[in-house]
Amino acid sequence: MNVNVNSGTLKGSTRGVVRGGETLKQHRDRLMEATKRTKHYAGLDRLELRDSNPILYNKLFSRLRAGIVDARETAKKIAASPIVEQEGELCFTLYNAAGDAILTSTGIIIHVGTIGAAIKYMIENDWESNPGVRDRDIFCNNDSLLGNVHPCDVHTIVPIFHAGELVGWVGGVTHVIDTGAVGPGSMCTGQIQRFGDGYSITCRKVGQDDTLFRDWLHESQRMVRTTRFWMLDERTRIAGCHMIRKLVAEVIAEEGIEAYWKFAYEAIEHGRIGLQNRIKAMTIPGVYRQVGFVDVPYAHEDVRVPSDFAKVDTIMHTPSEMTIRADGTWRLDFEGSSRWGWHTYNAHAVSFTSGIWVMMTQTLIPSEMINDGAAYGTEFRLPKGTWMNPDDRRVAFAYSWHFLVSSWTALWRGLSRSYFGRGYLEEVNAGNANTSNWLQGGGFNQYDEIHAVNSFECAANGVGAGAIADGLSHAAAIWNPEGDMGDMEIWELAEPLIYLGRQIKASSGGAGKYRGGCGFESLRLVWNAKDWTMFFMGNGHISSDWGLMGGYPAASGYRFAAHETGLKQLIADGKPLPFGGDTDPENPIWDGLLEGARIKRDKQAITTEEMFADYDLYLNYMRGGPGFGDPIDREPQSVADDINGGYLLERFAAQVYGVVGSRGADGLWSVDSAATLERRKAIRGERIAKSVPTRDWMKGEREKILAKEAGDHVKQMFAASFKLGPRFLAEFKAFWDLPDDWTLSEDEIGIPHYGSTYAMDISELPDVKVVQFVEE
Amino acid sequence: MAYTRSKIADLIDGKIDADTLHQMLSTPKDPERFATYVEVLQERVPWDDKIILPLGPKLYIVQLKASKQWKVRCECGHDFCDWRENWKLHARIHLRDTPETMEEIYPRLMAPTSSWQVLREYYCPECGTLHDVEAPTPWYPVIRDFEPDIDAFYRETLGIPVPERAEAA
Repeated sequence: MNVNVNSGTLKGSTRGVVRGGETLKQHRDRLMEATKRTKHYAGLDRLELRDSNPILYNKLFSRLRAGIVDARETAKKIAASPIVEQEGELCFTLYNAAGDAILTSTGIIIHVGTIGAAIKYMIENDWESNPGVRDRDIFCNNDSLLGNVHPCDVHTIVPIFHAGELVGWVGGVTHVIDTGAVGPGSMCTGQIQRFGDGYSITCRKVGQDDTLFRDWLHESQRMVRTTRFWMLDERTRIAGCHMIRKLVAEVIAEEGIEAYWKFAYEAIEHGRIGLQNRIKAMTIPGVYRQVGFVDVPYAHEDVRVPSDFAKVDTIMHTPSEMTIRADGTWRLDFEGSSRWGWHTYNAHAVSFTSGIWVMMTQTLIPSEMINDGAAYGTEFRLPKGTWMNPDDRRVAFAYSWHFLVSSWTALWRGLSRSYFGRGYLEEVNAGNANTSNWLQGGGFNQYDEIHAVNSFECAANGVGAGAIADGLSHAAAIWNPEGDMGDMEIWELAEPLIYLGRQIKASSGGAGKYRGGCGFESLRLVWNAKDWTMFFMGNGHISSDWGLMGGYPAASGYRFAAHETGLKQLIADGKPLPFGGDTDPENPIWDGLLEGARIKRDKQAITTEEMFADYDLYLNYMRGGPGFGDPIDREPQSVADDINGGYLLERFAAQVYGVVGSRGADGLWSVDSAATLERRKAIRGERIAKSVPTRDWMKGEREKILAKEAGDHVKQMFAASFKLGPRFLAEFKAFWDLPDDWTLSEDEIGIPHYGSTYAMDISELPDVKVVQFVEE
Repeated sequence: MAYTRSKIADLIDGKIDADTLHQMLSTPKDPERFATYVEVLQERVPWDDKIILPLGPKLYIVQLKASKQWKVRCECGHDFCDWRENWKLHARIHLRDTPETMEEIYPRLMAPTSSWQVLREYYCPECGTLHDVEAPTPWYPVIRDFEPDIDAFYRETLGIPVPERAEAA
């Protein structure tokens, strides 16, 4: 094997820190050259340790993996932030000397790649000579320009040494509740550039000899609003990293450094081969195409941003083409994606690709061996300049998830076509939910402290339907496989917001033979807050989660907030109060109870800081998942169960599902089977009568395109995608049979498009070497 | 491990027992699944042309018994087109691009805004089955969502001969 220590060839040169004497850069270069040349990670065309001593190999795997999970479970108890302690928004990963992930814990495993990207950035930019990489050092990073998801995911990185030489790294991440951005909350919306995105730290050495520097402690605690959460989160990360460093030392002491060293590289090639085998075992070779969208409704008066050029409605767009080959290799190409924008929904290429593994661990690679092998087994193409591979160093990232989740959901559909075709129906999933709303805000809390909140209730959205069952309701979020809505009592301790209700959000799951899981909704009363603000963050005009094979998309979002409610007097008078959920927003009940209140009830599901006072109300609506199959093939009794369980509003039984029934004396809704048969038969006839041949419809749509008849937000989306995606433009023109000279540019639309022509990448800064992870 | 035909039939019917489902999800996939699955489906369809590949709950690529041509077919027997074409272009389409038509499916405020996003429902012209719902912006091309490499799938993935195929006239 060629990841042997390399001391023999290095005589006379400066001794590096890596085991054997290579510098970090020499070590990584050697591995990457071998990977490229042989198509095997680090050139490992055979797995020496695994093949010669499989028991030891598996023992190393099991012990390290268990120890890493244990470190996460133990360390999270140190945190005070409910995001970490309740929701489990943390993760620890063990890396080899080159910064490639060997094994990871449970939790927010997107950071397998993002922490690795930070280590690789340190390696490429010679952190080894300045500021130095030594035993018992502590580094901190949250820089989205080099791979992090968003600034609130803060990394602690600790090198692991054995006998004075570096043999690996351990990284820990927590999602902190505030990063000192323009607005409070970890994923806020008011800023449109990095410079308002919060405290940003680039792989900074923040401690040595296992002790944090005092200047770091003093600076960092005043850069954020929620100091206590920030400091205890850091101790959580350090404790976990040190537990894992100790674990590695014990494993080396017992099993020997040679065995550990071999495992640290073979495990990654093992992961790469594992992905390839699963692709062969589960999918069908071919080309799969899908697309995702999400709305950025910034022209509205309740979106207060500092710059005129950001006050536009736009749509983010990501077409994806997935090519699966018979040998189990595959390629994901995102040609045609939107340009980065003046909002906080941009993403680095690493967070986009690494996040896909969070999804794949729930379907293609449901294994404990989650590491960088899968990344080496996948070809990604993310055109430079797109929202997920920006070419400008001003971009903001605070809520990159807004479109990450919406673009990945499309990939479920592609993979599910494979699973369906092969009969692996148990794996089919129509998609994930748009994980929102995010209730965020801040001010002075009930303890009279400066505070910020980001309610993570939406770690429990609806799940997409499968081919054999409904999606789970209020159960999951794509970014954390251990999704949990958290206890109301804990949120009430963390936020000056009392619960007046928490219930299933009826009709939020997409309709289908199997329906999408429903989300839920919480009604919060502001109580004991001072100088308080809150805002909404989620999809509104667009449902980003399409259904599959006849299923409908999940419902989209809206907002409800009420100010000057008069609730204090209503409570004093013993009058009826708003409780429970906003069950049918078409026929609202609460509004009538709040005479004279100033109510905001509309599709504007993204806002910026809005002032709230005690007795004001805020509805936190968590989205549902998409449906699968034709709704009129749904088991009629399931429709009745949905109505009786609060998952479906009654009027949609007949309209969408063709199920006719009525309520009995016991208040329960039951099916009229004969009338249902008739209704379903009639629906089939109505469908044929009201529809037209697709090619006839295309003629009319083509005329609209020739006349450029669409909203500016639609035209802007196409124009931006055309500019960055020449193949997307060519295919668009070919499909609609447009004249050769047909064009659409942002110039002609008449809305600002700063950034479309002039951009400056981080790589243009002096002394900066970026690491390229994808084909651009 | 392999599963019996009755277990696969239960799976197709959405009635698989929890233990077997857990086993299916948590253990390596059974390579013989495809053959059993297609056999069960073949017995259920009201025609005897060979199913080459299931595309959806009621949508298939089939081999016509007489001519050996491959077509995209609805369960009712309606043939949309040659298997290499996008069947949606041969379907009937219904557009939901107004608040009124959106609110037939979703409660008000929970429906997409039709100037941002439309619903395109693709029906079988004969039986009215809803085979797909697209939810793009206006102007968006009809998506060709799947081009299977059936030759590679049969020959290399499954290791079985590719069924006979006559090119369309």
